[in-house]
This record gives sequence, structure tokens and C-alpha cells, in this order.
Amino acid sequence: MKYSVFSLLGQALRGHTGWTPAWRKAEPKAEYDVVIVGGGGHGLATAYYLAKEHGITNVAVLEKGYIGSGNAGRNTTIIRSNYLLPGNEAFYELSMKLWEGLEQDFNYNAMVSQRGVLNLYHSDAQRDAYARRGNSMRLHGVDAELLDRAAVRRMVPYLDFENARFPIHGGLLQRRGGTARHDAVVWGYARGADMRGVDIIENCEVTGIDIRNGYVTGLDTTRGAIRAKKIGLAVAGNTSRVASLAGLRLPIESHVLQAFVSEGIKPAIDCVVTFGAGHFYISQSDKGGLVFGGDIDGYNSYAWRGSLPVIEDVMEAGMALWPGLGRIRMLRQWGGLMDMSMDGSPIIDRTPVDGLYLNCGWCYGGFKATPASGWCFAHLIARDEPHAVAAAMRLDRTVSGALIDEKGAGAQPNLH
Amino acid sequence: MRIPCPFCGPRGNDEFTYLGDATMRRPDPAAPEAMQAFHDYVYLRENPSGLHQELWFHGSGCRRWLVVTRNTRTHEIAEVKFAQRGGEA
Repeated sequence: MKYSVFSLLGQALRGHTGWTPAWRKAEPKAEYDVVIVGGGGHGLATAYYLAKEHGITNVAVLEKGYIGSGNAGRNTTIIRSNYLLPGNEAFYELSMKLWEGLEQDFNYNAMVSQRGVLNLYHSDAQRDAYARRGNSMRLHGVDAELLDRAAVRRMVPYLDFENARFPIHGGLLQRRGGTARHDAVVWGYARGADMRGVDIIENCEVTGIDIRNGYVTGLDTTRGAIRAKKIGLAVAGNTSRVASLAGLRLPIESHVLQAFVSEGIKPAIDCVVTFGAGHFYISQSDKGGLVFGGDIDGYNSYAWRGSLPVIEDVMEAGMALWPGLGRIRMLRQWGGLMDMSMDGSPIIDRTPVDGLYLNCGWCYGGFKATPASGWCFAHLIARDEPHAVAAAMRLDRTVSGALIDEKGAGAQPNLH
Repeated sequence: MRIPCPFCGPRGNDEFTYLGDATMRRPDPAAPEAMQAFHDYVYLRENPSGLHQELWFHGSGCRRWLVVTRNTRTHEIAEVKFAQRGGEA
């Protein structure tokens, strides 16, 4: 069913009794051309673009829980393409361009809102670093504006500009950045893939990967064995676990990242703001809740929940940026699992096992990458060669030394 | 999360700094496959879902390095030892 104002009016006249589920509850078939493991945004986007761009429709997406139960529903919904390094920036800009046409493309309201992403700077040195990043963005054809203090004050006058330790001197603004509704993104991709013949199989956990003569032949799952000519792993958070089924040992650690929502308030902040003197970012959802987050907890975890010191740290950073936050109550808090890679950048590549492809290492930047990740992973699986903008995101870059380390923090995952 | 430091007693985890996997051993640089061994030592991790031996530094306490055996699924701590001298105080 195509969604439009006419289908909405037609359903309104019929008391909304004719809506059908957005995707089928598919039963696993015995064999597929491609099986994508992981029904998050990246896996579903991969299946969608495999079907739509490459005509490969004999595809299954296996999800151990239900669609939207993992990190897809556990992020702070920010989209942006304000990276510094050549190996990253073109990729994230492709993602930004795909976001801009996404709702028309998959005929679903993902509530993409280009409300602007503003990174604040608090010192001359930080201004210079942001100017450099802005220049790098513009060299890649991406919008970036360096704002002075007065321009930032016009946008967000209630921030603590005169903070004694971290006065706000200005900010780097990407106006095309913003937010999107995270659930709707996975629902839209699931529906779009399903309409093109992809089987989305929920409550189906992979328990084994069959390899014969160095080539994948299928998987064992909690819903039976499935043969597959090609397998793509898009299971960020659990990548090490699933890849170990194929005997791989990866440059990945799983960490927990917390996010927070306040009680709903009237419209207060109409862009995304990041604090430059501590790790803190904030925006406001269309329901009115302030959505914010900060650092990862910093130690290996598969627990889907965080600890109190990081909550305190995030609240302190929030109060330093915007003292008025102290009058608002926090409503809820949750944790998601991050694939922290050794250089802070993702991996979209083949593996030493033929027919097995890997999409992982998103650290805490996976949501904004969803469309381009699916686009490039589908390209890799369909043609067995990397997409041009993801060509640097190689698994073997820890061997070659061609790392993509935006922060220059080195091989210490909890520092990225 | 509270870590039972063998010298200071149970303390909040914000007193500690995390380094990571405690089972990694620095390879012999004179060994024939040293390049590969150093790569694996620096970059590759088991990243288990379950018991994980990991190094924590008690910077706000006794300033000793600890080897903590912790369940990464539940954050339960099974064992804490000093990293030096085979775990002895």
C-alpha cells in the first residue's frame, strides 16, 4: 500500500479499518541469495538497497529480537556530515544526501528535520580546529559556517555564554544537519525492503555460520538452518560474538552508551547543540522532550545499561552549557551497545571468508550513517567491490596503517 | 558499579580508570612473526560476552593496577587481584 494524502483520506472515510501491517511476518525459506544478519537500520537499509538499486530480491534479514528493539531505537537521532578526514567525509555526505531524499524514496515519514547542528567552541585553539574541520567539509562540497559569539547568541540566547571556565566564543554550524525519527527510519526501510520481496525474519538468532572450503554456505539459526550464497553481518554491538562464529577475531570492543530524555516542555531549542568543553549534545524531540547524551561508560559491556557516574557527568556538562536545564526533570535514560573500533571509524569490507561481508565498528555514530551504510554495504555485497566513498573503511587498515582516526586518540577504543 | 579493591575496599567505579583486556601479552620483538604478533596485540580483541579479565587503575585510591574479572553481561565482579607480583599485595 502506497502512503499518500489520498490513502489517508480514503482510510479516514473508512474509519481507518483498512490499514495493513507495514511488513509481512516472513517465515524463513531454505535458501537465499543474500542473508543479512541484523535487522537494525543498517541491515534493513542494506536489504532495501540490494532490492531497489541492484535488483537482488531473494534476500532475508535475520533479527534476533524485533525490528527497532536494538540500537535503532536507542540513539539520539542526530544526522550530520561534519567530519574532517577524507576517508570519512565523502561517506557521511552521501548519507546526508540520502537522508534529504529518503522519505520520498521509501514513501514513509521519517520526520527528517534539517534543523542545523551547532558545535560550540570555547577557546581560540578550538576555534582554529573547528575552522579547519569546516574548511575540510567545504572542500568536500559540504555546507559549514563558522559563527562568532553574537551569531550563536542569536540562535540559542539562553546558553551560559559568560561561563567563567568555558565561555562560548562561537560555533561551527552545519545547517543541513538535524534529526530524524529513529523508529520510523527502520520501519520505513523494513517496509520498503518487504515491498520488494525481502523476507524480514524476526525472533531469529544466528547460532552458527557454515563455511566449506573457505566459502560461506549458510547459517544455523534458532528457526532452523538457512542456506545462503552470501552473508552480510550488520550486528553492531554484537559484532565480535557473531563474527566469532566464522572464526574471526576483530579490532572491536563492545561498550555501552547512555542517552537521556527529559519531561516534555514547550519548544525551547530548535537545533542540535554540542558542548565543546565536555562531551554533551542536546536537541528537542517533536513531542517536546529534550534528548541528550554524552560519553560512553568506558568499559566493555553487553549489559544494555550504564552506571551512575556517567549520568552525573552528562548532567554536569549539560548544566555548564545551559543552566536552565536544572529546572527540568529527567524522564528516562537507557543504554545501547556500541561497536567501538580501534580508530573510531567503521568497517565496511569483505572478510577472509569468501562470501562473508562485514559492516561494523560504528562507535557511537551509527544512526546518521544508516542510509550510506546500507547503500555502500549493498554495493559491496552485490558487486563484490567497495563503493568509492567507503573504500577507506577497510578491515585490514590496522595492518596497512591507513587508519581513519578523527580524534588521533590511538588504539584505545574507549577514547574515541 | 562498585569495584572491591583488595587494598581500599569497595569503591565506586568513577575512582578507577579503565584500560581494557588484561589477557594481552606484549610479544617478543625478536620473534620471527613479531610484526603480526604486535598487530594482534595492539588491535585484536576477544571482546567476550561474559567473564572478561580487564585492567583498572585505582587512581583516586591506592594508585595500584588491578586485574578485575567481570561479567560483561551483568557487570557482576567475580574476582579482583593486583596486577603486579602475581596478584599479591
